[in-house]
Amino acid sequence: MRRRQARVVTEASQAYSFSRRAWLLGVAQGGVGLMLAGRMGWLAVAENAHFSALSESNRVNMTLVPPRRGWIVDRNGVPIANNRTSFRVDIIPDRLERGPEERARILATLGQLLRLTPEDMDRVRIDLDRAAGFQPVPVAENLDWERFAAVSVRLPELPGVAPSRSFARNYPGGAAVAHLTGYVGAPTAEQYKATHNRLLVTPGFKLGKDGLEKMLEDRLRGSPGEKRVEVTAHGKLVAELATRPDVPGHNQRLTIDAGLQDYAARRLGTNSGSAVVMDCLTGEILAMVSVPAYDPNSFSAGISHLEWNMLSEDDHVPLMNKVTQGLYPPGSTVKPMNGLALMHAGVSPLDRVNCSGALRVGTGVFHCHKRGGHGPLDLRGAIMQSCDIYFYEMIRRVGYDAIAPIARMMGLGQKFDLPLASQRYGTVPDSAWKLRKYKRKWTVADGLNASIGQGDVLANPLQLAVMAARIGSGRAVIPSLLARSDRPSAPALPISPDHLATVRAGMWGVVNGGGTGGVARMYVPGVALAAKTGTAQVRRISMAERRSGVLKNGSLPFKLRDHALFICYAPADNPRYAAAVVLEHNGHTVRNLDTPMIGRDIMTYLFDRERAMTSLADVEPSWGGDIATRMAAQANAYRASKNPPPAAVATKTDAVVPSDAPAVEAATDQANSQAADLVGVGPSGTTVAEDGTTEGAQQ
Amino acid sequence: MSRPRIVPEPLATLPWRMIVLVVAIGCFGQVVLYSAAGGSLKPWALKQGMLFFSLLAGSLMLSRIPERLWKTAALPAYAVLVLSLLAVELLGKVSGGSQRWLDLGIIRLQPSEFMKPGIVLACARFYDLLPFGETRRFAAIWPAAALIGVPAALVMLQPDLGTALMICAGGATVMFLAGIPLRLFIGGALAAALVIPLAFQFVLHDYQRNRILIFMDPESDPLGTGYHISQSKIAIGSGGIWGKGFLQGTQSHLDYLPEGHTDFVFATMAEEWGMLGGCLLILAYILVVRWGLEVAQAAQGRFARLTAAGLSTTIFFYVAINLMMVMGLAPVVGIPLPLVSFGSSAQMTVLLCLGVLMSIDRENRRRQRW
Repeated sequence: MRRRQARVVTEASQAYSFSRRAWLLGVAQGGVGLMLAGRMGWLAVAENAHFSALSESNRVNMTLVPPRRGWIVDRNGVPIANNRTSFRVDIIPDRLERGPEERARILATLGQLLRLTPEDMDRVRIDLDRAAGFQPVPVAENLDWERFAAVSVRLPELPGVAPSRSFARNYPGGAAVAHLTGYVGAPTAEQYKATHNRLLVTPGFKLGKDGLEKMLEDRLRGSPGEKRVEVTAHGKLVAELATRPDVPGHNQRLTIDAGLQDYAARRLGTNSGSAVVMDCLTGEILAMVSVPAYDPNSFSAGISHLEWNMLSEDDHVPLMNKVTQGLYPPGSTVKPMNGLALMHAGVSPLDRVNCSGALRVGTGVFHCHKRGGHGPLDLRGAIMQSCDIYFYEMIRRVGYDAIAPIARMMGLGQKFDLPLASQRYGTVPDSAWKLRKYKRKWTVADGLNASIGQGDVLANPLQLAVMAARIGSGRAVIPSLLARSDRPSAPALPISPDHLATVRAGMWGVVNGGGTGGVARMYVPGVALAAKTGTAQVRRISMAERRSGVLKNGSLPFKLRDHALFICYAPADNPRYAAAVVLEHNGHTVRNLDTPMIGRDIMTYLFDRERAMTSLADVEPSWGGDIATRMAAQANAYRASKNPPPAAVATKTDAVVPSDAPAVEAATDQANSQAADLVGVGPSGTTVAEDGTTEGAQQ
Repeated sequence: MSRPRIVPEPLATLPWRMIVLVVAIGCFGQVVLYSAAGGSLKPWALKQGMLFFSLLAGSLMLSRIPERLWKTAALPAYAVLVLSLLAVELLGKVSGGSQRWLDLGIIRLQPSEFMKPGIVLACARFYDLLPFGETRRFAAIWPAAALIGVPAALVMLQPDLGTALMICAGGATVMFLAGIPLRLFIGGALAAALVIPLAFQFVLHDYQRNRILIFMDPESDPLGTGYHISQSKIAIGSGGIWGKGFLQGTQSHLDYLPEGHTDFVFATMAEEWGMLGGCLLILAYILVVRWGLEVAQAAQGRFARLTAAGLSTTIFFYVAINLMMVMGLAPVVGIPLPLVSFGSSAQMTVLLCLGVLMSIDRENRRRQRW
């Protein structure tokens, strides 16, 4: 420490002080230099990886290329769902001429070539004003080849316009496969929020919304490709970098026979119904059709509100897959199964019951469908003639609790593990069930109703087909949809072969022995059909009506007509294929649209395709043509009824109201809840077996 | 100091070591500008090169001016510069906007730029005139403070925080070297440490506070002022040790780095030349500054010593503030990297400083020969 007073500043001390301080300054400057070098080392060495990554993410703009979806093919490799090339036209804002006149000219030319509506043109203009850089602005999608080609050849005078191809889901079978495959659509905002998968917000990406497309999503999706481009800070494209191609999803082979599926859908005609065909030995499902249906091609492209309204208002419920979601009283189709159960309970197949046409139980009178009665019948005769009185009487003797276990063994009330979005599996009632559900005791009347497949009994068409297959083969077949190379035959059911033979003889007689299904006789040499017909009433027939004559179905409104049911297998002597056909409110009014002939033709297709096609060609024109023709006609009629002015305005309405995935989902939900109301099950659409009640099929 | 007589005396007495360094820095700068333009001499590299060499020639001519002439001109030049700053301020007021330059028809002069060496010369001349005995009195402080305060305040009004800071720093350096008691500087530093947080809380406007906060955490404002710092750090950091290679910088070529040819030219350079190029450049600057301090140590007389050390430090401040700015150690204040950044003002100032330094150096050598 120096003292101030002692300090005398002189020239020499000044120079000394200066050189000391200058030295200090130099050291400080060197220190700062070292610090700067150190900072640089920190940035460029220690943090190099971090900043390199940032620099790379600045430079490279990565866009995902939606993967091509795996195909769904039938058992022979015929595509059921594949991808078709879709043509689209975009504008790359960065490459578009900047001059307003030039821009207007290009847009006008495009609008003319692509026949865009003024609304579309406005949308493109607005999008272009907001867009920047190389992110394409979509002009038109799903173009036909002519319009796409028209733009492509004039590209030199249309700078910035980029025609391109992408892939769109295609269902060659159209409506025939709709309920099997489901459809695809754009992911919802919720789906993106749940996963934050960038692919879900990539334009053009679609995922399964229903049916197999939804259930097999993981397998079919594949992984996206990457397109990497180098861009400037202003979004200007500098270079295209290495592109990683997409990995297409896996293909899925089904047990379905595409030809049969298509044939069955056409053969069902104008009905509201469903058909299932199974392999008796393996359980493989060969066809699974629900009609009417929507066109999954137009659903996947996004449907208009008009189309959606039409589908959801239709009393034939085209949005519901009736095969697994439709529950019906199986009616007389349960009688062969009843026969097995009776024999199992010790009833001799030779015991006879005299059918007088009616049976009094307590205060009630139960009628046979044949007013005058069948006279004395044994089991085989009762199956052939579908006598109600026989089964009333025999089941009254053994009690329905002896029948229910066999009904379940045959597949009724069972849920099968299939890749389908939802199944409703109905009810096989018994005393324990009734006590649990209604806290009431089982009555004789309950048993009698159940014994003819009415009352509390409910089944879906798939279960009826399983029942037919199990009776036909005597094996515990389990239905399957996904093809496997090594599918073993199902194990035998614990049922006596003699019992099966008796019941099969009855089912053979239904068609070939003067039974109720004589119309279903097949004209294929060496192949006989064994079947059982069924009718499920959906209204109560009063005593007064019965006295004055039961009303014919043709005079009833659609919703009050009887359901028509049919189960069968063929060949009768060596069963290979089984089928079930269920037609809602069919009422047996038109012969060629009734179950026996439909069942016969579908089975004929498996043995003699030519004959089946000829048979179809004879009748199809009388229904208004094939499925696509009828759907188009229906759509036009609907449009005309909703929009009195002619088609031009109607098209415009379609364009203004863009369809979207949520709307389609809402439509499906609504259809499901309507269907549920129809059958009387809660609106949730989920399957609760024991909550199933009929829509009023009580006698 | 004896050199072979083949070279004429005026050339032989030039400080070649420093000149080679400066030419190397300048040429390297032009190479960087060539790359910044995407591999093109236009619009920057060629223009910059022509400017650099003509200014260097001017600087060599300045070195022929004898030291005493600088001494005589110091205070009048200072007065002219203060008047010019006032004129700029008034013109700006008249034209209704802030202005930093005087338009003289052929050339636009930015008086605040010349004030950086000007304040050093003026302060050095003041302490030269001050009797030795007065050095530790109050009379040694307030005139110098006034000399610094007036132009700094005028520049602050423009507003140009960076230049104002450099004027203060240049003046303060001369005061420090002139022997003003150390405790004043220590006390001043302590006072600043105390006042700055308070000023931050109570004096600064919200937007000014924001700027400082963004400097502290540039990522918090990636699209505003923070964008400059973030992108600059990305450029330097992604360059690594050896750089991405000449013409291979993506940050600069794809326009992610703003001002890549002016204030942030160092980031452009570091991206392509890496830490190696950056450290060599820093070393070159340090060597030039060290040469300046050596000239100061060798100089005779208070004015020459203070001027030489002050001007060297001015060059140092340019480099240090710019580099701290581009590396995210200081807020963005708009100080270019001399001899490398595209533009005339900073080059002119630095070469002017070097010219005066060479003139002092020549004086030193002549004295040594006697």
